[in-house]
Amino acid sequence: MADQIATADPSTTPSETLDRVVIRFAGDSGDGMQVAGSRFTDASALFGNDLATLPSFPAEIRAPAGTLPGVSSFQVQIADFDILTAGDQPDCLVAMNPAALRKNFKDLRQGGTLVVNTDTFDERNLAKAGYDKDPLDDGTLDGYRVIKVPMDELTKEAVKDTGVSGRSVLRSKNFFALGLLAWLFHRPTEPTIEWAQKKFSRTPEVAAANVAAFKAGYTFGVATEAAKITFEVKPAALRPGTYTNVNGNTALAWGLIAASRLAGIPLFYGTYPITPASDILHELARHKNFGVRTFQAEDEIAGVGAAIGAAFAGSLAVTGSSGPGIALKSEGISLAFMMELPLIVINVQRGGPSTGLPTKPEQSDLLFSLYGRHGESPIPVLAIASPSDAFELTIEAARIAIKYMTPVLLLSDNQVANGSEPWMLPDVDAIAPIETEFAQHPNGPNSTFLPYMRDIETFARPWAVPGTPGLEHRIGGLEKEAITGNVSYDPANHQLMTDTRAWKVANIVDDVPDLEINGDEDADILVLGWGSTFGSIRAAARRVRLAGDKVATTHLRYLNPMPRNLGDILNRYDKILIPELNTGQLRKVIRAEYLVDAKGLNKIAGEPFKISEITDRILEMIK
Amino acid sequence: MTAPTYTRADFQTDQEVRWCPGCGDYTILASVQQFLAGLGRPREEFVFVSGIGCAARFPYYMNTYGMHSIHGRAPAIASGIAATRPELSVWVITGDGDALSIGGNHLIHALRRNVNLKVLLFNNQIYGLTKGQYSPTSEPGKTTKSSPYGSIDYPFNPVSLALGAEATFVARTLDMDRGHTQELLKAAYEHEGSAFIEIYQNCNVFNDKAFIQLTGKEERVHNRIDLEIGKPVVFDEGAKAIVLRDGSATIVDSSSVDPGAILVHDPTRPDPAVAFALSRLSHGPYGPTPLGIFRNVHRPTYESQMNAQIEAAREKLGDGDLSKLISSQGTWTVKEASSNGG
Repeated sequence: MADQIATADPSTTPSETLDRVVIRFAGDSGDGMQVAGSRFTDASALFGNDLATLPSFPAEIRAPAGTLPGVSSFQVQIADFDILTAGDQPDCLVAMNPAALRKNFKDLRQGGTLVVNTDTFDERNLAKAGYDKDPLDDGTLDGYRVIKVPMDELTKEAVKDTGVSGRSVLRSKNFFALGLLAWLFHRPTEPTIEWAQKKFSRTPEVAAANVAAFKAGYTFGVATEAAKITFEVKPAALRPGTYTNVNGNTALAWGLIAASRLAGIPLFYGTYPITPASDILHELARHKNFGVRTFQAEDEIAGVGAAIGAAFAGSLAVTGSSGPGIALKSEGISLAFMMELPLIVINVQRGGPSTGLPTKPEQSDLLFSLYGRHGESPIPVLAIASPSDAFELTIEAARIAIKYMTPVLLLSDNQVANGSEPWMLPDVDAIAPIETEFAQHPNGPNSTFLPYMRDIETFARPWAVPGTPGLEHRIGGLEKEAITGNVSYDPANHQLMTDTRAWKVANIVDDVPDLEINGDEDADILVLGWGSTFGSIRAAARRVRLAGDKVATTHLRYLNPMPRNLGDILNRYDKILIPELNTGQLRKVIRAEYLVDAKGLNKIAGEPFKISEITDRILEMIK
Repeated sequence: MTAPTYTRADFQTDQEVRWCPGCGDYTILASVQQFLAGLGRPREEFVFVSGIGCAARFPYYMNTYGMHSIHGRAPAIASGIAATRPELSVWVITGDGDALSIGGNHLIHALRRNVNLKVLLFNNQIYGLTKGQYSPTSEPGKTTKSSPYGSIDYPFNPVSLALGAEATFVARTLDMDRGHTQELLKAAYEHEGSAFIEIYQNCNVFNDKAFIQLTGKEERVHNRIDLEIGKPVVFDEGAKAIVLRDGSATIVDSSSVDPGAILVHDPTRPDPAVAFALSRLSHGPYGPTPLGIFRNVHRPTYESQMNAQIEAAREKLGDGDLSKLISSQGTWTVKEASSNGG
């Protein structure tokens, strides 16, 4: 059978077994590098490697072809053990044009492998990338393993009988590169071929061209012994279970659907398209057979507004955006807080302020999340640590929102949202249901309904949805009289209600699990993190330990309220380091709330921490 | 189950109504309560949503479900209610500042989507709650606290705006004409989809007698154009008539035209052009001004389409299965004994 190229002996080229390898695909934003990276990742996942990915793409949909701003890349680390990040430095770089080479070459590990499409290295493209001389010939690449491939020409040849024509011909060159990499890294080929056939089933000629280019890339490796050495990375010994490779946006969307099932109420998602949160909308909109209602509103404010309406009417109501959009929703969030309605607000953070770096990761909305509303309006804040954490923490956000009748802010960021890693599938039947009870009966004297009569344990008010006879009531943004919910301007009542709302949220600490220490409990130094820095911090600590030093780490998923034992933990360590992709926002909160001399490692460069950056800072503080 | 019998009192709350004495809002409140009582529909099925402004206090006085929300956002909030609970009757109470200034965007989008909302816009052509600034419907040159030299803002014609947004039901009435108001409330209630009613509402404190040309005993005879379905559009005791001329609605002496040339009012015309032309007869309550239903056409509602998609998806794919969902991107299994040994 024609598809069985993988069973062929991958030539006589010797192979070396590695425990991990980092590969970066880089090309023009029209070159299909995200697809190539994702396919390589999926094949590796199905092969059984542990992995982590980091896509990077320009904010422009199609920046001028061949230019530096138009370069898009996808980095993946695959390993035979449990890795935590997409890696600091690529061991292998695929450069589809001079701009991709220029932008990414500096990151390539000394002596690493470079796969380069020579057909694009003409005078015009070299000039666009800012090269005076052709780097392929001028010694720049000395000391690297360079695989020069005329990919345009070979792709044209490979697809000539498939029926594609014109500009479509070269669209398959990402599959050529992918095929060559599949040979170079001993990847299974079936998953990619099957994917292409299914994905492009409506345009069989495109499917055929992609498969042909993929096979041609693979065969090119075999036939020309394109590299002196190929690389193998064996499957990882992950915890037993069934896994899927998932990114944070998808897992978050699934978490919302699961939460709606667990709560027994329909899901409503009111939103406005914004990078990098839009994929949550896209994913949810596909699953109407779960009763999901997605509402693409006229603006961010209407997105939160419609969600508030849906919450009042008894849905699991959610709004999602990124920093600038959350700013617009701020008044609505305060209204939900005042009316004490359950609402999940998702903020997929990106580089700010303003439009900032819309496709880059940053953790700069923490203070905004904790304090960025008018009036006294504390709300619970949760932050997702990694793509595989998104499903569970999203369900947790829904549980808190419903149990305590409050808006909850769920923080993600561009690294969690678009990065992917293996996620061990939970047994969905074993997840505890979210207790959801709509008020059915009057709770006051003379069959009256008191909308602000609180639950004695949670301080939550009853959720009485329109359509319930006898519970007609009015809520709104004006201050409420305790218990009756009538409008009240009474000074003592405002004090009481302000305090009560704050107590209610502070009281959620009972549901916040204690923090656990990872690593050396008896170390002198504790590294405290939150959000997407989870992987880099853990990996850095691991390296410090390998070097013979002691270090403890712990990670906050609950930013408000913070875990009860956080204060004790902070007091146990002489030195505290808080690495953040901002200028020190958590550090500020920790210093203010716990009076400890926490130090920071802060980076605001539109990219995640390199493990080495954190390792260096830990070692510096140990000395 | 028999329909409940209500009186107006059943729709009143125990909250003291706090509008200025003589405010037009009282009359509108009475009209709405009386109308709802007459429907015999369980009052728990009504939801009133408002934004901010004098009119926005309305839900507190309605013994139904209600929400007094934030400035301008009521149509968005109400859309969330109507989209998720199509069996409810959802009403938006708003004013000229709330609906046309801060909330203009939400209003036009709710109307174009045809969400099943009944929008009552209390237009008093002034900001009342903030004590007397010009509004987006104030007449040009209006002297107010914020425009001591006269307003230079060109005003909206709310009916024209709603028609421009292709609202499926557009009407105009007057606060003090309770019979006319209730007639329009009924038509709006029975309409499937967004219904927009502009209610000229007198603010006797900051903008008294703004509608005098339509309410004054002398003036109204000459100025009130009642749009009656299926009838020629005439007013001023039959002396004046409306004809379409050069793409516009034009006032003529009835005696000067062939009776067959007089426009016969038909709000069900699919094209909103004639309704729009009628709305341009006056730019505010000055001179001859049409009242009644400008447009009443059928278009599928937002929520009916939303629910149809859900039903179709369920029919095609079956009710969602969570385990299948999270496995849908391909899975692999690591066995207990698995070790790579390397």
